[in-house]
Formats: sequence, structure tokens, C-alpha cells
Amino acid sequence: MSAAGRGARRVPESATARLARLLTMVPWLVNRQGIDLAEAAAGLGVSEDQLEDDLRLLFLCGYGQMPDELIDAQWEGGRVFVTNADAIARPLRLGIDEALTLMVGLRALAAVPGIGEREAIERALAKLEQATGASAEAAARVDVAIDDAVEAQVLEGARRALEQRRRVHLRYLVPSRDEATERDVDPMRVLNLDAHWYLEGWCHRAQDTRLFRMDRIERLDVLDVDGTPPEQARLRDLTAGTFVPREDDLVVRLRLLPGATWVGDYYPVDSVERHHDGSQTVTLRTADTLWLRRLLWRLGGRGIVLEPAELAREVQTGAHEALAAYEGLAGPTPVGG
Amino acid sequence: MTAHGGPAAKTERLLNLVLCLLYTRRPLPKSKIREVVPQYGSAASDEAFDRMFERDKDELRELGIPLVTEDVSTIWEDETGYRIDQREYALPEIAFEPDELAVLGLASRAWAQASLAGPAAQALRKLKASGIERDSESLIGIEPRLRTTEPAFEAVKNAVLMRQEVAFDYRTGGEGEVRRRRVQPWGLASWHGRWYLTGHDLDRAAERVFRLSRIIGPVQTLPGIGAFAVPAHHRPRDLIRTTVGEQEPQRATLRAREGRGQSLRRRALQVHDDGSGWSVLELEFSDPEALADEVTGFGADVLAVEPAEVVAAVVRRLRGAAEAHGATGEGEGS
Repeated sequence: MSAAGRGARRVPESATARLARLLTMVPWLVNRQGIDLAEAAAGLGVSEDQLEDDLRLLFLCGYGQMPDELIDAQWEGGRVFVTNADAIARPLRLGIDEALTLMVGLRALAAVPGIGEREAIERALAKLEQATGASAEAAARVDVAIDDAVEAQVLEGARRALEQRRRVHLRYLVPSRDEATERDVDPMRVLNLDAHWYLEGWCHRAQDTRLFRMDRIERLDVLDVDGTPPEQARLRDLTAGTFVPREDDLVVRLRLLPGATWVGDYYPVDSVERHHDGSQTVTLRTADTLWLRRLLWRLGGRGIVLEPAELAREVQTGAHEALAAYEGLAGPTPVGG
Repeated sequence: MTAHGGPAAKTERLLNLVLCLLYTRRPLPKSKIREVVPQYGSAASDEAFDRMFERDKDELRELGIPLVTEDVSTIWEDETGYRIDQREYALPEIAFEPDELAVLGLASRAWAQASLAGPAAQALRKLKASGIERDSESLIGIEPRLRTTEPAFEAVKNAVLMRQEVAFDYRTGGEGEVRRRRVQPWGLASWHGRWYLTGHDLDRAAERVFRLSRIIGPVQTLPGIGAFAVPAHHRPRDLIRTTVGEQEPQRATLRAREGRGQSLRRRALQVHDDGSGWSVLELEFSDPEALADEVTGFGADVLAVEPAEVVAAVVRRLRGAAEAHGATGEGEGS
């Protein structure tokens, strides 16, 4: 079930889900009389066809069936008017999931080191709590920590550079290559994904857009240089995470024994085949095999390379080299090779 | 026949019901509702109408619509009336400042890639219904994104919110054994980018932490809402931190080839070069297995010297990896 949720969104809307949506839509439109149909559809997060369908339905509804009791919805000429809907002119109170998303989101933001908007967050939270009551109490049982191991100084510097459109100089550790690099970057956004903070920007060294994990930035200097990224700089689509396999990547097949099957959850794999003994066969793609060799040493035999054979040999050779070094360390024992 | 079937007809019926119950000042008896809402009029029989009305009432309540029943008995007959209190129904008028709307927008968009994207957008739309539109898209210049890729997320979240006991199959971390667990869910937290359920394990009679990604198959809810109380002092994150996270720190000594082991060097309390192209690193650690994982990952470039426990753990991993890839690298049947 590794493809859970991917593209499986198109479930037909239930009658009650649609009702809930309409009860939010009406007050939104009532307060925006004459709004352009396309703009309204965008603001409401639906297609124009869906919006027209919804308006057609509203037109049939009322607190009674006499003409003056029905909601009046008009959208001829591409402008939307909704009147005679006083009974539902205010939105329904926030549901428990709705209150939860905003409150958990705000509380997570409040914990961001060095965030300047803390006061606005506190005010928004207080108002929200007042307006939601019992939902707020339940929402308190859900908690998100996004303030993972980032130095406030680095985060603040990145945000400042972004706001002022200035270039930054980074000393950045690339763990898969085990080396620190120096580079100039034009910041494009600062984001937090899976509890890690990232700076995304145009890297002048790579001449490409790069994502830098902030806990690996050893040093960040905001330079007195314009940091507007070049035109060809594009933000990456991070919907599926930070790791983007490419077509020409090496295809690797691994056998994961019980105790190592977390690898399939943790790294983006193309396929997972589960076996009766609790083991798995996974396929993944990668441009660089160093991180994989390191992972396979760590797994201590619970992860086995099935393909390519070349990689299996490298894992074995590397492990023997390290073992030989330990024998050397232990003293006058024969050094194997 | 369109009036009976289809979700559109049902939405129409429910909306008419909401409208007339909100509009009325006096509670409406069922007979009156059947007259006013045309879709009920077409119900074949009294029983069919009763069943339909009962189900509709439940569904409106599930949406959080405060439908109340009141006694409207007259001298002639006993009867129950229904209405929706406008004050209970409507979101209170809250005036948000532009900077508050900006952070609320950010909080809402954080869920854009998660299963709660719908409710998050809907909540913001409700707060912005009154028309103030001054929230600039990314005023703050940061973008937190929450993800909920674990299939068990929805079911577990609902159980936590409703305080409903759950049962599920759970794979343990160590040996990957799958066992049935019955839990009173207390809290849900995302920590280091992963979702965890905290709660009272009914079979072990103790507090436990469960990783959502290790829940296998469907989560079964046991009957009863609000079936237990969550201890007032319970903080999910604290329990997770103490269970999954750090123990007492100890000292380790490592040897790293010059320029290698960068992430370890950064954490080291002391680094001194012994002149042979190697550095000696002193650092603190709390989990010997985690340190062994990290050290093993550097292969022959970083060696554990002390404590013996870590050295043994590293050597064990290396031997395992070497043996597993020992044959010809091939040969594993699939």
C-alpha cells in the first residue's frame, strides 16, 4: 500500500460533504456580491462547472417553497449574486477537524525559533479558542513539533535574505559525500517538511535550484549583493517529499529482512513486495550509491542488494576494509584483507 | 424520479431542512416539516418518511449542526418539535487583524499536502467569509508543510478526538513481529516528521507510544464515544520523547580519517589530530545502537574506540553486511 493517496483523490462527494461545502460557500458569496464567477470558483477551491451546479441547486432551496422563500442565486454575465439567504448568511461554527488544523498549525508556528509574528499567532489562537470551545479542547490532544534542530540564527538569516532579496553564502555539509562545501545561493523559499527546515534557492555553484537542509548549514552569511534568482530558476514540486528520482537513475533491488523493513517506509521506493516470512523486496532509484552502501553497512546484513551485482560487491568490499581496520586497531592480530 | 435518489437530491433535501429549521422561531413538529420540505412529501409512506427524517437528523448533527428537540405538546396531543438555534449554529463574529489572518493562512496552508487539506481550507474560508481579504500569500516568507502519508492517520485522529478505544495490528520495531493491540488513544503527535499515537495499552495496562507507519491494515474502533478520560497532565510529545528518544548521555571515543566524519566532528566535544592523518573525537551519545549506526555508515573512515559496547555493535553490523553480500552478490531467489 505504498501508493496510498497518490492520485486516488477522485472520490465522489457525499451529500453531506456537499451540504457542508454549500453552507460555507453561501456566506462567502453573500459577502462578495457581484464577484466574477471564475474568481469565486478559485476562491472556493472548486471548478467553474461545479460552482454553477452548486448555484443551480441553491436556487431550488429555501425555508419554504413559495418564490419569496427561496434563495435567489444568479450568475448570468459571469457575476455571482446570492440573496434571500439570511438564515445561512453566517458560516457554521468550525468543525472539530477544521479547528484542529488551524490550532495545531498555529501552535507549531509559534514554536519556530526567532519567528517575529509570535504575538499575532498568540492573538489569533486566543480568538480561535474563544470561538471554538469544545473543539479547541480536543484539538489540544494533537500536537506537531516542527522546530527540529535548527539554529535560530540560520533560520532568521535565511528569512531575512529572502525578504530583502539578498544573496547568501553557505558553508554546507553534504552528508552523503561526507564533505563541507562553500557556495553562493539566491534564496527562493524557506520551508519546513517532515520536521526539517530547508532553504531552497538558486545555487551558483551547481547552476541549478537546490534544496539545503538547514541543520546541515554550518554557516550562513547574508551578503550585500542582490539575490534575485535567475529567470530559469524554478521551485521544485515537493508533494512527494524532498527526494526526486530521475529517469536515468540506477535501479536497485533490495531484500529487506524483518528489522530492516523500515527502509521501505523511510526512503521513497518504487515498489514493495511483501513476503510471508515478513521480509520485503523493494525497488528504488538513485543517482548516487554512496548513501546506499552506508545504509547497507548499518543494516548489518538485514538489507541485501539483489541488483546490481556491482553494488553488492562494493558493499562487501567496504565492509571488509572497515573490519580490517578494526583488527588493526585491536593490536597485534593478523590484518585480513 | 430525480427527487428521490442521487446525492444531489439528498443535498437539496438536507439544505431545505436546515433552512426551515433555522428560519423558524418555534420548534416545528414533524408533520409540519414534512409539508415544508418538498422532498419528504414524496416519501411513499409514513414509515419511509420517519426513517428518512431520523437519518437526516443524525447526519446534520454529525456535521456539527445544533439541531434541538423541544416539547411542543398542546392540550390535544403530545408532540416533539425541532429547530436549529441560530446563535448556536453560527460562527461568532470574530474580527481578525490582517497579521492574524496572515498567520492563520499559513497555518491552514501547512496542511495543503495532507489528508486534512479540505478541512484546513474550509476553516480559513469560514473565518474569511465576512470579506476582509488582506492576507498576502506569503507574508512571513516561510512554508511549513505537514504530511499525513500514514494510511492509519484518519482513523487514529478521529479516535483521539472522539476518545474512542481502538484495536489494530502493530509491527514491533525490533523483530518486525505483528501483534494485535487494544488502546485508549490519548494523543497524536508529529515528532521528527513522523506521526505517533500515545495512549493506554489495555493489554499491557501501561502507557505506550505507537508509530502510525507500523500500524498494519484497518484501525477498528470499539463502541462508545468519550469512553475514557485522558489524564490532564498528559502531553503526547513528552511521552514520545522519553519513550522513543534520549536516555542519559555517555561519552564515546572515535577515530576519524582526516576530513572525514563531518557530521560527527560537528557534534564532537573535542577533536585532536594525532599526526598520523587521523583525528580522535570525543562526543556524547545516548543511544549506543544509534551511534553504532552512524559510525558504521562511514565504513573504514571512522572507527569506534570506546565504549566496547559501541565497538561490538559496529563490528557486528559490518560482519553481517559482509556475510550477507558474501556469496557472489547474486543468488537470492525471489
